[in-house]
Amino acid sequence: MANKVKSYKQKRLTTNIIVHVFLAILAIVWLVPIFWVILTSFRAEPGSYVSSFFPKSYTINNYIRLFTETNVLNFPRMFMNTLIIAIFSCVISCFFVLSVAYCMSRLRFKIRKTYMNIAMILGLFPGFMAMIAVYYILKVVGLSEGAMIRVALILVYSASSGLGFYIAKGFFDTIPKALDEAAYIDGATKWQVFTKITIPLSKPIIVYTVLTAFLAPWLDFIFAKVICRASSQYYTVAIGLWNMLDVRYIDQWYTRFAAGAVCVSIPIAILFVYMQKFYADGMSGAVKG
Amino acid sequence: MKKLFKKKKSLYDTPYTFQEAVINGDKWTKANFVIMGIGNLVHKQIVKGLLFLFSQLAFIFFMIMYGFNCLVMLPSLGTLEQGEVWNEAKGIYEYTQGDQSLLILLFGVATIFLFVGFIMMWRSSIKSAYKAQCLAYEGKHINSIVDDIKDLFDKDLHKLLLTGPVLGILIFNILPLIFMISMAFTNYSIIDKHLVLFDWVGLDNFVKVLNFNDTIGQQFWGVLSWTIIWAIFATFLNYIFGMLLAIVINRKETKGKAFWRFCFILSIAVPQFVSLLIMRTMLQPNGAINVLLMNAGLITDPLPFFGNVLWARVTVIVINLWVGIPYTMLQVTGILQNIPGELYESAKVDGANAFVTFFKITLPYMLFVTTPYLITTFTANINNFNVIYLLSNGDPTPVGATAGKTDLLVTWLYKLTVDKQYYNLGAVIGIMTFVVLAIVSLVTYRNTGSYKNEEGFM
Repeated sequence: MANKVKSYKQKRLTTNIIVHVFLAILAIVWLVPIFWVILTSFRAEPGSYVSSFFPKSYTINNYIRLFTETNVLNFPRMFMNTLIIAIFSCVISCFFVLSVAYCMSRLRFKIRKTYMNIAMILGLFPGFMAMIAVYYILKVVGLSEGAMIRVALILVYSASSGLGFYIAKGFFDTIPKALDEAAYIDGATKWQVFTKITIPLSKPIIVYTVLTAFLAPWLDFIFAKVICRASSQYYTVAIGLWNMLDVRYIDQWYTRFAAGAVCVSIPIAILFVYMQKFYADGMSGAVKG
Repeated sequence: MKKLFKKKKSLYDTPYTFQEAVINGDKWTKANFVIMGIGNLVHKQIVKGLLFLFSQLAFIFFMIMYGFNCLVMLPSLGTLEQGEVWNEAKGIYEYTQGDQSLLILLFGVATIFLFVGFIMMWRSSIKSAYKAQCLAYEGKHINSIVDDIKDLFDKDLHKLLLTGPVLGILIFNILPLIFMISMAFTNYSIIDKHLVLFDWVGLDNFVKVLNFNDTIGQQFWGVLSWTIIWAIFATFLNYIFGMLLAIVINRKETKGKAFWRFCFILSIAVPQFVSLLIMRTMLQPNGAINVLLMNAGLITDPLPFFGNVLWARVTVIVINLWVGIPYTMLQVTGILQNIPGELYESAKVDGANAFVTFFKITLPYMLFVTTPYLITTFTANINNFNVIYLLSNGDPTPVGATAGKTDLLVTWLYKLTVDKQYYNLGAVIGIMTFVVLAIVSLVTYRNTGSYKNEEGFM
């Protein structure tokens, strides 16, 4: 009997060791590329060719040059462009998403079902299929030249955000209707219910919506590339990093690309990890108990 | 139940419909058919009436100045070629303004949009005039503009909230989409230099793309089958492995759950285009991985990660696992914890091993709960532009072909329009992608457990 218990324990121990070693190997596989960028961003030898995993000497120059040498690819300016675009498009799309989600969840009107069906069908078209058409529309309206490119990008990122209302709607659905009804009995208008009851109860989903909308311009480079074309002074960070790996620049810029990637990734990673909590809360509903 | 349904429907019904207005309208309501807003003006709804009147005038002005011309040009898409005239005095060629089919098409589609919008406004103005007439007849209060604005914040809140988003979707989504779809029926392409002037060609482009004997057609079927293979592998491998990872991390005896989860989440937190671009440079013939392997003496020649068809296809699927597994892990962790514990206990009592438990309990349960998620992932993978474009850029590409061997329909669409300027073929590919997605979503939704049986798993 004692023997049997011992062998069972031993078996469990081996399984546990195997599992942990397995997880450790996987974690290394997943972290190596990230670790590699950080190492490269501090590498002193230029160029994209390497002969060893660890750099031969370390420097912080890549970061300094990235932000000071602005004659070829102006990284600080791209950073500012993206920030401005992100702030404005974030405000517009949050307003759109929350309004649409509230309408679909709480208000009952004639075109509600129609709207939801159309939104589903539109979602099946490849997102950037109409990109060229959007570009020509912007061009006709005069938004494709000069500083108006920023306005164009803000519009592109925020205008059709009213289609992505599902997650916020799901959240609003979980807020008890009794709260609304109590307010109506007290004589509140629908607008007051929306702004005074629903919005204050929806912190997790608002944070989630704000962050996803804010991150979009940092992550997209397809629309930005098509709309900016050759006007390099309006490039966003994503196009800038993409260009650094162009054959013309890669040898000069590879380590600075890594530095830029680190600079962009750190704030985004922090926001993302922070957002995860709100995403989980948003999924689990508004009022608990 | 039926009663409830009926009641719900009647909520939206008003006695002030267009038909009623046609039958019972008085002279002012009838006058409203010609001059919008006059019915409102008569019943002292000054601002509303003026707004209707003004929008009608604006529309008529627009139609006379531009709209009518656009509609007339639409069937021919312009015929006047850009001319070249020798100017004796200056000694240079001067160019005369020709027709630009693209602008004609765009303005034509936009005019049709405006026209439809105007018709809707016209109907609503008649309804509003009829309503004012009825209320005046019954001696009831007629809404002033202040009342209307108050209503916007209460009874008609949806109108206030939806106007902006709907306008945005109309202008930046539906209008471009229809514009693009109509391009599929033209010969707008660099072939035969139809970039300035082009014509309607009916279904020619569809015939070309679907034809097995045409070079474009052959590429289309190749790309389509690879897209579907890719979507299946990318979706299901990610799903299974992500779930396994989540199970392993969630085991009772695994130590440091939060730490392991953090390791994997970190790779999602890095922007996708950054991590994919880094992967691409690492996998080049002279990139980090090949150099390190060669230095270690494991290989003599660089591995052809993006040079050989099979290698490239496997590489993109494997890298996609790197991208996708943490996502799946994140999504399924919560659901896994919801599986009733008794199921596992009874399985244990019956002597089932881990393997059987996974395939008989975990997987069926997960499939039942997460089918909608799976379908979304599948469609997202068919449209997975980033992974392919940033990693392999569709390579290897056979000589003379426009589509590479790892190109998906979406990346091919991008190449055809942005790089090659075959706009009409690009539009056809876009429509085809939509058709594939619509079929997949419809068929799978209808066959899922959660659609057929909403009562629940068991």
